[in-house]
Amino acid sequence: MPAQVITITSGKGGVGKTTAVANLAVALASNGSKVVCIDGDIGLRNLDVILGLENRIVYDIVDVIEGRCRLKQAMIRDKKLPNLYLIPAAQTRDKNAVSPSDMTRLIKELRAGYDFVLIDSPAGIERGFRNAIAAADRVLVITNPEVSAVRDADRVIGILEAEEKGPAALIINRLNPNLVKKHDMLSADDVLDLLAVELIGIVPEDENVIIGSNRGAPVAHDTKSKAGQAFRNIARRLQGETVPFLDLESQGSLWERLQRLTGRK
Amino acid sequence: MNEANSLIQIKGLRDGLLVSLDDAPWDEQRTAFLTQVDSQPAFFKGARLALDVASQVLHVNDLVDLRDQLSDRGISLWAVISESPTTEKTAQLLGLATRVSKPRPEESRQFSVKDLGDETALFLERTLRSGTRIEFPGHVVVLGDVNPGAEIIAEGNVIIWGRLRGMVHAGAKGNKTAVICALDLSPTQLRIAEEVSASLKPQENPRPEIARINENGKLQAEFWSPG
Repeated sequence: MPAQVITITSGKGGVGKTTAVANLAVALASNGSKVVCIDGDIGLRNLDVILGLENRIVYDIVDVIEGRCRLKQAMIRDKKLPNLYLIPAAQTRDKNAVSPSDMTRLIKELRAGYDFVLIDSPAGIERGFRNAIAAADRVLVITNPEVSAVRDADRVIGILEAEEKGPAALIINRLNPNLVKKHDMLSADDVLDLLAVELIGIVPEDENVIIGSNRGAPVAHDTKSKAGQAFRNIARRLQGETVPFLDLESQGSLWERLQRLTGRK
Repeated sequence: MNEANSLIQIKGLRDGLLVSLDDAPWDEQRTAFLTQVDSQPAFFKGARLALDVASQVLHVNDLVDLRDQLSDRGISLWAVISESPTTEKTAQLLGLATRVSKPRPEESRQFSVKDLGDETALFLERTLRSGTRIEFPGHVVVLGDVNPGAEIIAEGNVIIWGRLRGMVHAGAKGNKTAVICALDLSPTQLRIAEEVSASLKPQENPRPEIARINENGKLQAEFWSPG
């Protein structure tokens, strides 16, 4: 079966696009899929750092497009998962080094040999974003339960509709059930109410995500982390399974631990 | 205009000019195009140009020549669009774009209506998302929500069968009797003629409301009640 090409985008920066790509890639690959992730943020690459592959980069996506190397040469194999590959972005170029048709051609080449191609989109709705969505079969829009992030997600969903990219699916990232309970944060329902798209996952706020990113070991590897579980569930949904949503409202031991850590109880 | 000019179409794009050529011999077209440029130097000077060359097969020296000739005339060649993969490759080699973004009609629409009567309305059956702007010289009816960041500017009334959370300006050309109705009226801002209201708080249990300018000349919203 040819690969499913999935782009993760958000409009706003800092909501967790790159983290989500890294974690979904790890979760999909752990589940046996052959996965390639592409860092679409040319000039500001991060995905390699989060996957812990920074020091292995020799060639990048611009080298492939400009013909300085073959596609295979730019694909870096993950340290732990032999069926996970990264095509890094160039750090010393900008978004104009790649065009939407370049992306389409490159991904066409990847489709045959893999199950999933995940593309990390840069923030914004300009060239880099257009490159990232050019070849996508499916777009996941990620947002935080914050008014500004939801506003940008709405804009992006509008553009995807106008470009006829098919219905987007939504990931709500960094939800804090305690704040929601106190009415200090938008709930998942509030966000869905506004955006009116299919929900594919809710990822709770979890400090292990930051720890994992800094160590180059995405939290999806961690079987105890709730955020890791949430990403693994999204991955299974992408693989076609029906997985119930995590019950974040119940007093999970994680939240109690977190509260103790932050001294709120 | 000589005959060759009819081969060439020029259109304005969001970020430059789009010049479309057809499959006639390249040298002929290039000469015709440059003749046209030279006949209207003021129009073309400083332009960013995208060239649609249909299925012409062009090599590096063809495009380099043209780029230099254009650049001599103060025109920068920015993109070459082609159905031919060879030409596309050539363009990429020269660092030219090979696709121009198509205009996004959904994002900002200005409608014009001929012989507009008082009863002309634009009916939109969809949710207006952030970044959408609708301008219409009559009434606007939306069956769907108007999200924060979306804008409707109408010369007549605006009726929203859904949640209004964006910005609506009714009576935009000064009609003070225009009204704005919504099932849930919690906009970021409302305007009727020159009157502006600040945002209205979302309600727990929304009820249909109608906003108009009252006898004191202030913008006021009241709940709809039957009868």
